[in-house]
Amino acid sequence: MDVLLKIESDITIQEALDFIHSPACGGEVVFTGKVRNDTKGRGVTKLFYESYREMALSEMQKIADDVARQWDIKKIAMLHAVGDKYPGDIAVVVAVSSVHRGIAFDACEYAIDTLKARVPIWKKEFFEDGTII
Amino acid sequence: MGLLLFGVAKDIAGRSMITLPDGITTVGDLKTWLLATYPGLQQLNSLMIAVNREYAADNQLVAANDEIAVIPPVSGG
Repeated sequence: MDVLLKIESDITIQEALDFIHSPACGGEVVFTGKVRNDTKGRGVTKLFYESYREMALSEMQKIADDVARQWDIKKIAMLHAVGDKYPGDIAVVVAVSSVHRGIAFDACEYAIDTLKARVPIWKKEFFEDGTII
Repeated sequence: MGLLLFGVAKDIAGRSMITLPDGITTVGDLKTWLLATYPGLQQLNSLMIAVNREYAADNQLVAANDEIAVIPPVSGG
């Protein structure tokens, strides 16, 4: 399985798609996580993401290894943005390709759920009322 | 022995790196010292320690040349 991991200030859906394309794969699943303009009814002006970069990349590689053990996925890309991000910006992209679609959905869901639970990346929320959490 | 801090743990401690006192030999010792020194950390839902970029259990030994980090609840995605 081919793996693309990236933690950078700017990420794009296209680079993930370009990476997972393969003539052997009929199924491509892409999850995109974007910055919302509200959290529980409170207006959000921006998010700030930081990472423990070396460990985060290592944990993302472990997720890729888990995916390769569980499913016959051909390619996976996991990209996470860092720095200031505004409503509508892309925060995370997980893309997988496989021969057929079923396992691609399963693997993509596993990868994003596990990324959110384990990968050392943190966000700070800036609200319209000036508070920061 | 140095300690890296990230996220809200960094905000609570007011710094991104701390030099640890002598006498801390396990991850459990480190957590006890951290919670006593920075009581604000007690409010977090979890406080994990990473040793050499791996999540570590409380009984894991730590040494001066290890890379040790405080991992507050993660919130990526």
